[in-house]
Formats: sequence, structure tokens, C-alpha cells
Amino acid sequence: MRGDQINLQNIVARSATTTPSPQVRQGGVEPVAKLIDVSVCIGCKACQVACSEWNDLRDEVGHCHGVYDNPIDLTPESFEVMRFSEYEDEQGNLEWLIRKDNCMHCAEPGCLKACPSPGAIVQYANGIVDFNSEHCIGCGYCVAGCPFDIPRISERDNKAYKCTLCSDRVYHGLEPACVKSCPTSAIMFGTKEDMLDYGASRVANLKDRGYENAGIYDPQGVGGTHVVYVLQHADKPEIYSGLPRDPHIAPTVELWKGVTKPIMSVALGMSVLAGFFHYVMKGPKEEPEDDPDPEKAHDAREIDKRGEDRL
Amino acid sequence: MSHSNVKHGILRYGWWTRVNHWLIAISFVLLVLSGLSLFYPAFFGLTALFGGPEPTRIVHPYIGVFMSLFFVIQAVRFFGDNLIRRHDVQWMKQIRDVLANRDERLPPVGKNNAGQKLVYWIFLATVPVLLVTGIVLWRPWVADEMPIWALRWAVTIHAYTAFIAIITLVIHVYSAIWVKGSVRAMTQGRVSHAWARHHHGLWYDEVRRKEGYDDPGGLSPNRDVPSKRT
Repeated sequence: MRGDQINLQNIVARSATTTPSPQVRQGGVEPVAKLIDVSVCIGCKACQVACSEWNDLRDEVGHCHGVYDNPIDLTPESFEVMRFSEYEDEQGNLEWLIRKDNCMHCAEPGCLKACPSPGAIVQYANGIVDFNSEHCIGCGYCVAGCPFDIPRISERDNKAYKCTLCSDRVYHGLEPACVKSCPTSAIMFGTKEDMLDYGASRVANLKDRGYENAGIYDPQGVGGTHVVYVLQHADKPEIYSGLPRDPHIAPTVELWKGVTKPIMSVALGMSVLAGFFHYVMKGPKEEPEDDPDPEKAHDAREIDKRGEDRL
Repeated sequence: MSHSNVKHGILRYGWWTRVNHWLIAISFVLLVLSGLSLFYPAFFGLTALFGGPEPTRIVHPYIGVFMSLFFVIQAVRFFGDNLIRRHDVQWMKQIRDVLANRDERLPPVGKNNAGQKLVYWIFLATVPVLLVTGIVLWRPWVADEMPIWALRWAVTIHAYTAFIAIITLVIHVYSAIWVKGSVRAMTQGRVSHAWARHHHGLWYDEVRRKEGYDDPGGLSPNRDVPSKRT
């Protein structure tokens, strides 16, 4: 697996860009994926620590909210959080479902679609969706665009941040920091094909153990994702701290960023042209003279010019 | 220029009306330019007018609030002149005559014609929507407190409403260029008697009656005085 996405020549999609992005160097670049196997996660949060360590993030030490989730939500300085939920199954058994929540790296990213700043969000040939925060203008449209509620805007610099899938590490052929730190191999990294194969074997194993509805979460509503989950209860993703059942770019976002924008842009231009050509064809409504007599009208204009009776 | 008697013509817009109008107009144009730059990538270059992309994002809402304040004042002051009357419906039915400059066929109208009134009502409908949705989206002050569904609706409605408002602005600006004498009315305040009689016969009568004239002639069928036929 090659991870060469930071050469800026294998960008397959770029925000607010209507022309093709530079992408000749995508030959042989295979899509990557991070697989998160919820069934073997022990909730140690080593991945959270590794994420902060590698990315030089030092989030504020917050408060205990009475649950294990800490911080309680994603922040501009916490690219991932472990979400703990207590689930009682049909037999009345308690299951502790711990989901590592971070950017899903959608194949069809809502953030990228929503972003108005050219190149502030890019998608590399290997599938990683990266925020090029240098070009971020802080409008927060990515927040509206994301189907998973991932991006966070920093109060310090008004830029959007999220998990990069350690694009810098992957560039150098390393696995993401969270993957490296995981003591139970609940987080795996490789080509998406390999991860789906591995996930399938994990699902088969879970089914053998009685989890009839075990499955892989790779939602097709966003074209599939480059972060996939193995879930014991894939038929009920929402029990995993609100994982969306069928995520897709919201209809309002489609309505906002779809074909209507270029159409409206053209319409605006046409309205100006329509005015211009109306003028050319029909002419102006000339000002009527006060007096039909040209001489009297001339005299009146003279008074005007001298401005004698300005009121 | 074929006008006469402007400076001792009729005062159409007083100084505050003019200043108020132009404060809104300048703000509105700045809002259009900064808003369009984030509306569609083709317009992104307009951010250069505001010192770059992020300054554009920052300044846009402040201009919006500034404009809204003066818009409220203007909307209240203009309200009475923009109530739709029966002759406005007739005027609108004859929009083809309006566009073809066959003014002599049009019914006399008040201080504003139906087109101007429509512009008033469209702005009155769109500006508050733009203000409310814009405030929802305002970073860093408001948007973080808003649920994501509200952001999505706000940003979508903001874009569509802005489209309607900009189209209306284009029509408004073009009309001012098209109808000679109206730009001067809004810059210097006065219009000639003939202009008032020609374009706003009912208003002309009203003004003249207040001045003590019994039959001001604004309603006479041959309002287009400088007719070569006579």
C-alpha cells in the first residue's frame, strides 16, 4: 500500500472547484481504510491519547460529566472521542458499546461539497478527506454539510478541524497514530479491500458467537467511507451513541449546493444582460420637457444651470 | 439632457430619505459582492475586494446588520406610499406598455408605480429573512449554539432569498437607469413638473393640490406634454 497523498498531484476532489483537480499521480494508489472493530474495543482511550500526542493537540482538561466520555464531545483539539453507551439486548443482557468517533472520510464528503473556499477541503486518491486549514475561512459550512457532525471550528483561529486519518503519517507509509496505539487490534489500517475482507472474517466470527446481526458499517449513502466499523448489531447502528442508520448528504445541503447554484449564477448574469439589451432595443424613458416651447424650455434650463432658485 | 425646471421642480425625496436610501444601497451592493463570492466558486475572486476570503466572511454579517437597521427605518417611512391600489393592478396588467415605453397608455399612478411597490414588498419580504438566517449562521458569535439542521436550513434559505433579492436589485437599478430623471431624484431630491406629471400623475395632483392649485392637470389624458403633435 502506498500512501502518497501529500504530493498535491493526486487530489481527486477539491472544495469550491469546478475544474478538475491535479490528479495524474493517482495511478496505483489504492483507497485506504481504517477499520474499527467495536466488538474488541476495551475503551482504554489509548487511541485518543495517541491522537493528541501525534497531532500535538492539547485539549483543555474538562469536567467529568458523570460518564466515561471525556471530553464529552469532539472539539477542535480532540479529533476523536470514545463514546460509551450501555445497551440492554432482547435477553436483558447489558452490553457496553464503545465507539471511537471521528471523521468517517466519506467517499462523497458533505463537508467538501459545502465548503465555499477553493482547496480548503481536499480528497486524495487514497480516499482521505483532509482540511487544508490554511485556506479555511471559518464560515462553518462544513459543519452544515457533514452527515456525521464531525468538524469543529476553533475559537482560537476560527478554522475548522477534524481527524486527518493521519494523512501525514500515511504519506510516509505509517499507520494512523490511533491504529498504532491500540492494544487489542480493535483499530486496523490497510487498503479498503483488505479491511473489508478482514471485517468480513470478524463478522463471521461474531455470527458464530451468536451475534446474528453483526455486520460492517460502510454506509453507501455517502458512497462508502474510509473509516468502517465492525458492529455486533449492524441492524441498529443508532445504539452506538447515535451512529446514523443511513447517512447521506442532507437534502437541504443538496438543495443549497446542487445544480441550482450555477443556474442561479447564470440567471443573475442574464438579468443584467436583459436590462442592457432592453435599453438597447427600447431605449430609455426620456424626461419630458416642462414646456413644449423649445425656447421656454431652454430658458428654464438656463435657470437650472445658474441654480438661482435652489431651494 | 432634455429636462427643465428641476431646481424649482418638485421635491420628491428629502435629504434624509436620500441619505437613508444610499446608506442601504451602498451596504446592499457590498453585501451582494461579498455574498456572491461565497455563493459560487466563479465569484470567489470578489473576496479580493474585501481584503481576502476570511475578511469577506467576517465583514459580511456586520454590513448586513448595519443595512438592516437603516432598512427598517426606510421600510416604515415608505410603507404608506407602497400600499397596492386599484390603478396599480391596471398598471401591472399593462406591463407590456411599460416595457415598450408606451407611457401614454398607462393609468396615472401615485408616488410609486406598481413596479416600485413590488420592489418595496420583495425587499420587505427578503431582508428580514436574510437577516434572521444570516444571524443563525454568524460565526463566531451565534452559529456554534445552533443545531445542525438549523444551519442547513438557514444556509439554504439564505442563498435562495439572496438570489431573489439580487434579481430584484438588478431590476431596481436598471429601472433607475431606464427612467431618466429618477437617479437625479434620488441624488438631488427634485423632479421637474413634467416628470412628475408624466410618471406619477396622481402624486403630482396631490402635491399641487397641497400647494393650492385646483386643477393641477396630472390626470389630463395628454400628460406627455412635449408632444410634437400639438
